[in-house]
Amino acid sequence: MNYLSDSLLAAVALILSFDREVQLAVWTSVYTAGVAIVIAATLSIPIGLWLGLKRFRGRRVLITLLNTLMAMPTVVIGLVLFGLFSRQGPMGEFGLLFTPVAMIAGQTVLAIPIVANYVLACVNGADHRVIDTARTLGATQFQASIQLIKEIRFGVMAALIAGFGRVIGEVGVAMMLGGNIRGSTRTMTTAIALETSKGEFVFGLSLGIVLLCVALIVNLFLNMLQQR
Amino acid sequence: MFRLISIGLTFFFMCGLFSPVTAAERLRLATTTSTEASGLLAKLLPPFEQANDCKVDVIAVGTGKALKLGESGDVDVVLVHARSLEDKFMADGYGSDRRDVMYNDFVLLGPLHDPAGVMGDNDLTAVMSKIATSGLSFVSRGDESGTHVRERQLWQAANVVPQGDWYLEAGRGMGEVIIMANERQGYTLSDRGTYLAFKDKVDLKLVFAGDERLFNPYGVIMVNPARHPHVKEDLARKFLDFLTSEEGQGLINGFKMDGEQLFYTH
Repeated sequence: MNYLSDSLLAAVALILSFDREVQLAVWTSVYTAGVAIVIAATLSIPIGLWLGLKRFRGRRVLITLLNTLMAMPTVVIGLVLFGLFSRQGPMGEFGLLFTPVAMIAGQTVLAIPIVANYVLACVNGADHRVIDTARTLGATQFQASIQLIKEIRFGVMAALIAGFGRVIGEVGVAMMLGGNIRGSTRTMTTAIALETSKGEFVFGLSLGIVLLCVALIVNLFLNMLQQR
Repeated sequence: MFRLISIGLTFFFMCGLFSPVTAAERLRLATTTSTEASGLLAKLLPPFEQANDCKVDVIAVGTGKALKLGESGDVDVVLVHARSLEDKFMADGYGSDRRDVMYNDFVLLGPLHDPAGVMGDNDLTAVMSKIATSGLSFVSRGDESGTHVRERQLWQAANVVPQGDWYLEAGRGMGEVIIMANERQGYTLSDRGTYLAFKDKVDLKLVFAGDERLFNPYGVIMVNPARHPHVKEDLARKFLDFLTSEEGQGLINGFKMDGEQLFYTH
């Protein structure tokens, strides 16, 4: 058990040392995942609401599609966007490959199906009379939807937490689109992959522990929001 | 709650504005894992960055992928080690300037008690066929890296078609492959730098080295600005000049790991 206890000690030492590179990697992870989840939320909450409330032909097909997209491997998302952002690709002139912007784009794509599916499940489970009541009280469709979101806010929060967890813990998109550049696109996960490839298993695992601690802090913060 | 979220949002985007991801001019360098993982670049780049007020973004991948990134113009400079691929890269017009930077050598690694009995044999091709017929595992990079390209040349020289249960194509970096060879107690081909970095972590030893066919030269190539106008031509040329300058070459020769020199200049 030396290996695990060594890693744990190294993790504590790492947190206490305030190593600049580790700080930067933590920051890059939190920042890209945070922005990605915010963008994903603005897109996928409406998608979830729409699929949950409207009845139309092809709705079931769309829902099945959305469920399937949750299984999309991160490397495939990375590959598709790599082709888009590369200098040879349609968006090549902006030179976005190997920048945080490319990473955020990939993580957003990764998070959208997850958040949308969670929201959809909440809407299905919610009492739709909220909408009708609001409408009879003179609310517009938009205002009524906001009312519904307020009803299911815990579920929406769970959706965002699930999406955030998936995004901050993934390595495929960050590696392919970010390039693991020291001081710029190196996240916690790509740093762990790098240390593993160098054979620094203890250091890699201690970085993993630090990542979990960061996720814990973020979740504690979100939990606090929910209590209000 | 929504007010809180919007405050959080604003905070996030504000932080983005002040994020440390802003610097002076950036040069994109695609290179092999061996130069990055050994720590050479960490010593070589800071003086260059200071002198030219720039930042070098290092993307460490295999030689094959590094050259692909050069072909598509996603990087400004490549630092790689597979002469045959480099010559093709130049001939196809993807690079505008290529220079020799340094060299080291490849080594064959195997289990401590050398079950294939290749130690003491001076003939590289005989050693390769011995490994192939011994039934012991050989772990190949299998990723179009410089090491992989060289390994295939060695099999060809030994008239061996590497396939079968004993031949494991890992498709991973050098470090992972050494670890895999260690777990399987098989043989593998490694650059000397990565071997030295892993020497104390694995039960493998150097079983063959010193043949001229194991010579491992590194070259630096500037991506052709005529093909990719966004390439930072001036900075890239300065980088080539720096690597081949007395200062750069001195830093390379002075770089040691556990007291052993990893790279040599010409």
